[in-house]
Amino acid sequence: MDDQKTGREKSLWWLAGVVVVVYALFPVAWIVSLSFKSSADLGNRQFLPTNLVWDNYETILVGDAQTLFLSALRNSIGICLIATFIAVVLSTFCAYAIARLDFPGKRVILTTALAVAIFPVISIVTPLFNLWRNIGLYDTWPGVIIPYLSLTLPISIWTLSAFFRQIPWELEQAAQVDGATTWQAFRRVIVPLATPGVFTTAIISFFIAWNDFVYGISLTSTEAARPVPAALAFFTGASQFEEPAGAIAAAAVIVTIPVVILVLLFQRRIVSGLTQGAVKG
Amino acid sequence: MSTSEKAPTGVSKGAAAPARISDRARGERRLGWWLAGPAFIVMLAVTAYPIAQAIYESLFKFRLTDPDAREFNWLGNYAVILTDGVWWQAVGVTVFITAITVAIEAVLGFALALVMHRALTILRPVLRTAILIPYAIITVVSAFAWLYAFDINTGFFTTWFSWVPGISEDTNMFGSFGSAVTVIIISEIWKTTPFISLLLLAGLAQVPEDLQEAAKVDGATWWQRMYKVTIPNMKAAIMVALLFRTLDAFRIFDNVFIMTQGSQGTEVVSFLAYRQTISRLEIGLGSAVSVLLFLCVVLISITFIKLFKVNLASARGEG
Repeated sequence: MDDQKTGREKSLWWLAGVVVVVYALFPVAWIVSLSFKSSADLGNRQFLPTNLVWDNYETILVGDAQTLFLSALRNSIGICLIATFIAVVLSTFCAYAIARLDFPGKRVILTTALAVAIFPVISIVTPLFNLWRNIGLYDTWPGVIIPYLSLTLPISIWTLSAFFRQIPWELEQAAQVDGATTWQAFRRVIVPLATPGVFTTAIISFFIAWNDFVYGISLTSTEAARPVPAALAFFTGASQFEEPAGAIAAAAVIVTIPVVILVLLFQRRIVSGLTQGAVKG
Repeated sequence: MSTSEKAPTGVSKGAAAPARISDRARGERRLGWWLAGPAFIVMLAVTAYPIAQAIYESLFKFRLTDPDAREFNWLGNYAVILTDGVWWQAVGVTVFITAITVAIEAVLGFALALVMHRALTILRPVLRTAILIPYAIITVVSAFAWLYAFDINTGFFTTWFSWVPGISEDTNMFGSFGSAVTVIIISEIWKTTPFISLLLLAGLAQVPEDLQEAAKVDGATWWQRMYKVTIPNMKAAIMVALLFRTLDAFRIFDNVFIMTQGSQGTEVVSFLAYRQTISRLEIGLGSAVSVLLFLCVVLISITFIKLFKVNLASARGEG
């Protein structure tokens, strides 16, 4: 298609491309720049620092804010991985059943997943806040992991059932006809076809859990379970008068790194997972 | 799909087939629910149960700091909320933010999708990667980036745009409703447009290329092709994208929390619910706000489905 475009058109498309990239990355560049500013530079109201310093990273990794940030990071990683794992396991079974088996109630399950996905999180938080305090789940890992399932499960079920519907299940029978046992057929034929979808679903679920803020600030109160986004919001700096912008920017950059790595490595899969789950037909 | 998988079994098992099929069908039903059931139950447990609890608690006058004074007061909480200007102010702001962000995002998202769809082959993966970054970044991080960019102490924006009438280097962008809500809207748009444009890109990919070619041969202009061929063929994708973004924007919370904490009249419905419950510990009132917010979301969904005839099931490829 490219060769049909004239030189003039080509440069226009290059320009459009550059605009899109700048649009997408501008705030990221700014927060990175902010994270390298010295405390003298923080108030200079320029985009770039006058000299690059690591002070902000030192503050959150080895300095005053170390316990706060590192515990939040540990909580976020642990809670998000567990919530993602549970959601992916449950939704793999569920999506397999929906794509492969004939049973009444498929639509009910998919509609429920849809309803849960559009559910306002804040409406769930109010009763959970009260309930968790009564049964001792407030400010604990399970107390955050369980509500996270309301975020990760629906998207996992859609995405995976969209993936699973495209798998040619007849191949399994073909393998059985060729003499493989049911388990062998499943293991050798279906599992390799399904793995990419499961993996993609896990990444998307992880993003969504990693992004949560409402549950994080409402259902936790200490370093015991508070995840990074909530910790960032409540981080006030070493003293009341000090602007914590630099430290927050550095923390923001660190929690953005895993996201950027996942995007760089798996962009194609993430796009297809997101769009197949959502728009099809 | 069931027919395609049963036929070979029936053939290979010969005469014993009919009885086995019904056995098999029954087994399949049971297995289906065994596999899908846990996910279904967990979804209900984490949403249906809390919302039922919220409805129940919304009927009580109940403040956590004063548990003994808990008493049943019918729909009293709702009466308090619905007659209070604070609620209507929050609804107004939420609707305003939702309408503006979704309108801008629809146009911007479509433009981005068009660029990505027709971009030069070498640029395509670069663009898709770049556009995924805002989608994947934590909303709180994005909110901080925009906050500090506009902030009177750290921001470069007012320095850059001091030539714009009404903005000077010392303008506090978070000092008045108009500018504060503008910054909130900008950050919301930046963060969520990629999602809408990826959905629209998928929609664009489903528009049959030969229809486009045919229209081109018939001498249709770019605009005519857009209106007569492209958009009608991706109506489902557009509607789904708009519905999801509308619901999402209506639940806006993170940006408002980080940037203004609801000051300057920027309090949105989610923030009101949060403030009542978590900050003020007014469980009864907070629950009632949550229930009302839930009803708003249901109302929006029904409106979309009825008004625009979105068939979510078919849009999801399930039909």
